[in-house]
Amino acid sequence: MAGTPKQRRRQAVQQSQRGAEETPFVKWTLIAAALLFCFVFLLLPLVNVLAQAFYKGAAFYWESLTNHDAWAAIRLTLLVAAVSVPLNVAFGLTAAWAIAKFDFRGKSLLITLIDLPFSVSPVVAGLMFIVLFGLQGFFGPWLDAHDIKIIFAVPGIIIATVFITFPFVARELIPVMQATGTDQEQAALTLGANGLQTFWYVTLPSVKWGLIYGIILCNARAMGEFGAVSVVSGHITGQTETMPLRVEKLYNEYNSAGAFAVASLLALLALLTLIVKTWLEWRQARDFTKAQLLQPTAATGAREGGSELA
Amino acid sequence: MSIELKHVTKQFGEVVAVNNVSFSVKEGELIGLLGPSGGGKTTVLRMIAGLEVPTSGDVLIRGQRVNDVSVQHRNIGFVFQSYALFKSMSVFKNIAFGLKIKKWKRAHIQARIEELVDLFGLQGLEKRYPHQLSGGQRQRVAIARALAPKPSVLLLDEPFGAVDAKIRQELREWLVKLHHDLNVTTVFVTHDQEEAMEVSNRIVIFSRGVLEQVGAPREVYDQPANEFVARFIGVMNILEPEVRDGVARIGELEFPAHGQPDGQKLRIGFRPYAVQISSDLTQFRYHAVLRHTFFLGIMLRVELELPSGLVLRARMSKEEYAREGLYDGREVSFHLRQYRVLARERAALSPETELRYQQPPIVGEHI
Repeated sequence: MAGTPKQRRRQAVQQSQRGAEETPFVKWTLIAAALLFCFVFLLLPLVNVLAQAFYKGAAFYWESLTNHDAWAAIRLTLLVAAVSVPLNVAFGLTAAWAIAKFDFRGKSLLITLIDLPFSVSPVVAGLMFIVLFGLQGFFGPWLDAHDIKIIFAVPGIIIATVFITFPFVARELIPVMQATGTDQEQAALTLGANGLQTFWYVTLPSVKWGLIYGIILCNARAMGEFGAVSVVSGHITGQTETMPLRVEKLYNEYNSAGAFAVASLLALLALLTLIVKTWLEWRQARDFTKAQLLQPTAATGAREGGSELA
Repeated sequence: MSIELKHVTKQFGEVVAVNNVSFSVKEGELIGLLGPSGGGKTTVLRMIAGLEVPTSGDVLIRGQRVNDVSVQHRNIGFVFQSYALFKSMSVFKNIAFGLKIKKWKRAHIQARIEELVDLFGLQGLEKRYPHQLSGGQRQRVAIARALAPKPSVLLLDEPFGAVDAKIRQELREWLVKLHHDLNVTTVFVTHDQEEAMEVSNRIVIFSRGVLEQVGAPREVYDQPANEFVARFIGVMNILEPEVRDGVARIGELEFPAHGQPDGQKLRIGFRPYAVQISSDLTQFRYHAVLRHTFFLGIMLRVELELPSGLVLRARMSKEEYAREGLYDGREVSFHLRQYRVLARERAALSPETELRYQQPPIVGEHI
């Protein structure tokens, strides 16, 4: 007999673990490959953006961000996000509610339609709106007669952004709402709550995390969208130029330091978004762990049995 | 009357879920709606609550027609099968929800919840969230939440469906005690006949959307209105003997059928306890082999196989089994103490069709 019972037990444990585990070589090769990939394709370019942005010094960097046109681009980007994100939140809640809580004809068609912006190339999406609202377009003459400018103006940019960021909130909410079902809402009704109270006190809190997550993704895309916005904006500096458009324009004008300065700000927004997302996930995980720790133990279970009998 | 249903029908598209159902519940009663899945009992409960609207017929609560009264204004407490606790709220907030909606004063809410927490044994759990509770605790929170606004009626959908067998028994006793203490009119849905028998003052039995019988547990057990009820409540042996020369025969068994035409088939039903077994082969007229013994605690169920292949289920106490020295494979004699002729499913069981068997060896009496 080899070793004490304790040693044998340890050996048995190690053997049982080995059954499900890869060899260290495979494990470390995979980890190294993943890290290398992240470094070369994600971290390196990001660092490079910052390096290029400060290539001509901090003063130039600051000037590139604070000159009149750059400031206009920043303001427009924030405006577009501020309009399109709430619109898509409203839409996403409505669509997710309809899909998760009701059965109706054409439901699968609606789900497919919500995904459409994911599958259509942004440039094509932009062209669609030119065809609809452009001067030669379907509504063009009518819009022109009423002196409403959509294409090559801010409304066009907002419409294109709303279209592109359409699926984010709905996509996040649908699975959450489907998983929740309608029991809690019905319970609220039986307790006297009206529709609005039910939505506010019961539905919204139960989809809170999905909603926040959807908003973050939606916002990131709304600020970063290039293709569709580029087609409908007309690139009028200081008027219809968003940050991504300005980056491209500066770069084409061989002002790479200026381009990278604006790009660094965009990257910073993306990073911020990621940080918020990670923080939220961490918080959720922490809440979950806390809940696990508070699970009823055998002792409280026994006590509870007693009180049930009482 | 606390609750009254008058000719209530509910259709979902083509499907008739509830068909012309009428019954009433007295103030303070504890009523079990019993039936197999898809029998329409949950739909009936939801119509009382106002979560479903009847296609036709009237629902009355305390004498007032409530068909057009929305669920919010019916003043009912509803406990869902899944409990449907608000996941994002603590136990305290869950119970307080109905009171907050009804704009109770904060001090009153506090007092009411303290009262309920004591009553339901939820002390120390007020700050917990639903996912931090055990199944039994969740159910008590759900009932406390439903009762908090002092509803005129408490409705429970499969209240013991989601907990394991051991806790279920405790919860049954607890519900009976709770009902005794609070005396609030209570209607619950179950598919478990034993549960319905044990808990309710009266049972309403449904199958396929039709009301089969309403009565006290004893009544539906002893006087089933039809074959469906007879089979659904408890175990019943059912035989189909054919009449010849005034006697209905199946295998070795004979039942008197005076005046019945030849070739007609009767439906005979008897409970397992009505089969009396003796190890003395000369004591009773019929002979059989004891095939299987099932231990049900203090009672035993045995399967008898007659020479003709007919199989009957009988029930006896442990002492009786031991006294007779029975074992699987032993030959025994038996007779039927009592039995009844059943009407076809749904057809009412009229007293005239019930037969009384007076001569030995089969001594009959009304069940």
